[in-house]
Amino acid sequence: MATILEKSGFNPDKKLKIVGSSPIKHDGIDKVTGRAKFGADMYLPGMLVGKILRSPHAHAIIKSIDISAAEKLPGVKAVICRDDFPEIKAGSADGDMTRNAMAREKALYDGHPVAAVAATSESIAKEALKLIKVEYEVLPHVIDPVEAMKPDAPILHDYLRTKGVKGADQPTNVVERYELGIGDVAAGFAEADVIVEREFDTKPMHQGYIEPQGCVASTTEDGQIELWCSTQAPWVYRDRLSNILKIETAKIRIQQSEMGGGFGGKTGFYPEPIAIQLSRKARRPVKIALTRNEVFRATGPVSGTKSRIKIGCKKDGTITAAEAELIFQTGPFTGSAFTNAPQAMFTRYALKNVKTVSYEVVSNRPKVNSFRAPCVPQVVFGVEGVIEELARKIGMDPIDFRLKNAATEGYKTIYGETFGPIGFVETLEAAKKCDHYRTPVPPGQGRGTASGFWFNRGGETTGTLNIGIDGSVTLILGTTDVAGSRISISMMAAEELGIPVDKVRAVMADTHSLGFNRVTAGSRTTFSTGMVIIDSARKAIAELCKRAAGLWGVSPDAVTFEDGYCKPAGANVGNFEPLSIAQIAAKTMATHGAIAGHSEMNVTGAGPGFGLHIVDVAVDQETGRVDIKRYTVVEDAGKAIHRLQVEGQFQGGAVQGIGWALNEEYCYGKDGRLENPSFLDYRMPVASDVPMIDTEIVEIPNPRHPYGLRGVGEVPVVPTMAAIANAIGQCIGVRPQSLPMSPPKLLKLIDDHKAKK
Amino acid sequence: MSKKYHVTTTVNGDGYEYLCEAQQTLLDVLRDELQLAGTKEGCATGDCGACTVMVDGTMVCACLVLAVETDGAKVDTIEGMAQGDKLHPLQQKFLELNGSQCGICTPGILIAARALLARNPDPTETEIRYWLAGNLCRCTGYDKIIRSVQAAAKEMRGA
Amino acid sequence: MRSGGVTRVDVRYEAPETLQAAVALLASAGEPAKILAGGTDVIVQMETDLIEPALLVDIKKIPELRQIVAENGGFRIGAAVPGLTIMDHAALAKTWPGVLDGVKLIGSIQVRGRASIGGNLCNGSPAADSVPPLIAAGAIARIIGSKGTREVPVEKIPTAPGKTSLAKDEIIASFFLPPRAPHSGDAYQRFTPRTEMDIAVVGVGINLTLDSSGTCTAARVVLGAVAPTVLLSKECADALIGTKVDAAALDKLAAAASAACRPIDDKRGTKEYRIKIAGVLAKRTAQQALEVARKN
Repeated sequence: MATILEKSGFNPDKKLKIVGSSPIKHDGIDKVTGRAKFGADMYLPGMLVGKILRSPHAHAIIKSIDISAAEKLPGVKAVICRDDFPEIKAGSADGDMTRNAMAREKALYDGHPVAAVAATSESIAKEALKLIKVEYEVLPHVIDPVEAMKPDAPILHDYLRTKGVKGADQPTNVVERYELGIGDVAAGFAEADVIVEREFDTKPMHQGYIEPQGCVASTTEDGQIELWCSTQAPWVYRDRLSNILKIETAKIRIQQSEMGGGFGGKTGFYPEPIAIQLSRKARRPVKIALTRNEVFRATGPVSGTKSRIKIGCKKDGTITAAEAELIFQTGPFTGSAFTNAPQAMFTRYALKNVKTVSYEVVSNRPKVNSFRAPCVPQVVFGVEGVIEELARKIGMDPIDFRLKNAATEGYKTIYGETFGPIGFVETLEAAKKCDHYRTPVPPGQGRGTASGFWFNRGGETTGTLNIGIDGSVTLILGTTDVAGSRISISMMAAEELGIPVDKVRAVMADTHSLGFNRVTAGSRTTFSTGMVIIDSARKAIAELCKRAAGLWGVSPDAVTFEDGYCKPAGANVGNFEPLSIAQIAAKTMATHGAIAGHSEMNVTGAGPGFGLHIVDVAVDQETGRVDIKRYTVVEDAGKAIHRLQVEGQFQGGAVQGIGWALNEEYCYGKDGRLENPSFLDYRMPVASDVPMIDTEIVEIPNPRHPYGLRGVGEVPVVPTMAAIANAIGQCIGVRPQSLPMSPPKLLKLIDDHKAKK
Repeated sequence: MSKKYHVTTTVNGDGYEYLCEAQQTLLDVLRDELQLAGTKEGCATGDCGACTVMVDGTMVCACLVLAVETDGAKVDTIEGMAQGDKLHPLQQKFLELNGSQCGICTPGILIAARALLARNPDPTETEIRYWLAGNLCRCTGYDKIIRSVQAAAKEMRGA
Repeated sequence: MRSGGVTRVDVRYEAPETLQAAVALLASAGEPAKILAGGTDVIVQMETDLIEPALLVDIKKIPELRQIVAENGGFRIGAAVPGLTIMDHAALAKTWPGVLDGVKLIGSIQVRGRASIGGNLCNGSPAADSVPPLIAAGAIARIIGSKGTREVPVEKIPTAPGKTSLAKDEIIASFFLPPRAPHSGDAYQRFTPRTEMDIAVVGVGINLTLDSSGTCTAARVVLGAVAPTVLLSKECADALIGTKVDAAALDKLAAAASAACRPIDDKRGTKEYRIKIAGVLAKRTAQQALEVARKN
């Protein structure tokens, strides 16, 4: 649909009153008083407790499931298993989705749901789970993707053939081979004076949101479903639920709750289809709140990777070629978004010769879900290690080395996009100038830097802006507020309308209230929903002008809107007192009724984001323990709409990366069971593990947004592990190539390095 | 029906009586029986602090206390932190300085921070970090939480 | 293979007000019973279905289990006193800083609002943080059962991971920490990947005594998380006794500590790593205990 934003109207000289400040977010009060309702905070009359029985085996044929004893337990209102889900062909997108929600032919990982119960109390539900008899035939399993690629590996799906390989006719665990490149790498390497080639591996990590998935499903006798849940993607959930449960979308109404962290992990459903099927069978509302154990065992980890990265450069620092081979584990089903990695890993450097080959591999682990910049940080961990090593080999400052190769406007990327105005050079320059980088490295410490890129996304987005009779404004947003987008979008609406932001309130809509909204992910929300609301505001302003024209008896063209007032466009229009939004709104009964703006767009024009991290670490050489001493995030935000929130994104991303870098990993036993499904043993950073995170917001406007903004949510985690590894390398004399850089691994590296010397 | 225990307790100054099973935790009862859902469940194993409440003046994880143990006890939760329309200075600073992002950890952190400032009105950054080590946050990187606590402490000291 | 099992019976909760009543409850219990002190292990194990007790005997209403009193120049700590109360006891902190350091590392502040040293010990984890310093201090547990009272050194209580030498009807009532000898000091250090909220990969508790010339005359060295139970190592003590706790003695101590380890590989650390770290940590802990001793 054509919009008035086809030309964004970006005006770098426009004086902004609200955008760029940091007002208190309107939803904050609910969060500091305990009023905010998250997924598990909904209570309905007659509500039952749902509990899920999960496979204890990593790989097993489910020979039979007997739910009869559980059904007979007093207080049990419904028991379901695979028989309660429509049959959908294995290997299709919907087939995978339904099988991940509830195991069918096989259990494919420890924690895979096999049955579920709804009962009048939690203790009865738990008791009922014990009465369900499942007969398994345990099969050999495979956890590691490299093992899973071997010819004699246990095969997860007989039907799977490798996509992207000609003549692949044998069952395999390799889902796809994906090649992407530009130029001629052989010629490029031939020109190089120095070539560095290294191998890296990273382990799956968990998004680690503090709120476990929680939902309440309620079904009417005639089959209408209401679902309350914590999600980043209400419309996507609805449409996929519709597909796998065979229910029309109009009969599924999803209301998103406040979301207690998602980071990509709530872009796909887990308990929701189970709660719906239980409530359909029990004819009562059913709540399922996952336990932390279930969250770790069965919800979205991030791909573990193996990579081989080779880069060559000339003595003057010019990179001549880059090559990579990448392996991604995806869990038992495809969907890791691994193609992001070859597209993004080198993108920020103006390379002419690149070759990448990537593989996605299934194994007996929970299905991978998105996490900030899906699949990119894992491989940037390697890329930026090689980049710093090359810089040191030719005696160049690592940031200067990056500047030498930095992509600028007009560079055509490996994935086909030609960059518009971007801020990589400015980000690097800001990093060089910042206090942290100018301060000498304290004795005994090491300093590392690393840079990162993320495309930033747009996509299908809808929204509505309503003007109340008193001139205050409500916004109906389709995307989820994952970190304060309601206030940022309210600020843009207020800026457009020339009213104080306090006069604006935004709500997150249910799926009946708006058209389709793509997932809240990829750093697209403040950008895309902001665009839609700005568009809505401009439509409402056009209507306001029309109403003023009507009141004045002039042509709508004769009215302009400025700073919250409709005014005569010129002296010849007549002598009319400017009318405020409130004054016009007060007369809507006498004019043509309510004034609103609505917009739906497939938003394009997201400006790419770039960041540079600087970190100082100390390493206990006797134990291998790393202490993060100082950390600075420099990143281009285009325009920071709400400065504190932008800083919060930078800081949160960096600390998630610190966890990924140092300790977070899954430990599997020989039996394929997860041994550390708890916060205690998963070891995310606690407050005392990290320092303050300094931030430097660079603002190189994205001209395709009215206020110049770029998404800021993904980039902050992209370079973190690489920066820390580079810093550790400076401390101990050898750069780690494996994540996490946990004390045992690091001590071994230190000791082996000392032994070599 | 399972055996139930009768509990008489005070939550945020209000008297409550309820029946519970012996294995039900204070967290289960606060949320599911009293519908005081401001206290959050992040793990139910004492590892995240989202359910931090005060029981007879001691800061505990509500998931690690059986409800039946709190018969006769005085419980304080996030719902009782603001006085009328007046927010506690910690709540105010968390708002002003963005100490809360997604907000799921916020109630527990506010209760814990209030307990800290009651013991130590002028904590160092390190003391704050160690005191709050039992409260996981995945959004903020802790920076703005620590700054919010520092700012509230300063205001409460009248400095 | 089949899954499925018996259903849970109702859980009974009792909170006796005397030790005798508590012992009688345990003795007569026909069902699986569990003592509930701070509950920070028991409730977690119930929540995660590791245990399914049918009877919970809450011992927190028994007064003598909830107090710290001075006794014969030392201290008697009730087995169910919460960690936070122990940490706030100024005289105890001054006399047994190593014990306090152990207590301070149990869980979070929230957990220490409930967790007790009795529970920390009876949970039977070789990684329990308060246990090595208690053993190093020579703490004696007072155990009450149907057959009467017995006084047992703490090191005699854990027998295997999750197991103790207590009979079904026995309860630890208190721990006696002896008076501090002149020129003696104790310390506890542990190694964990995180600064807090972690389980010891290795823990070392040391209590040592010097003579007026600074020579070590007595030492107790205790290693946690490196064997099925917490280890009181005579070889480690011998490395220190008769020395000035100098570099050579510390090297010997480190070697003895590493040699004493019988660790496992698990999610919290590898065998090889634990053995190395035991040595490193033994040295560091001895140095800390030495500094304390020199001041006493």
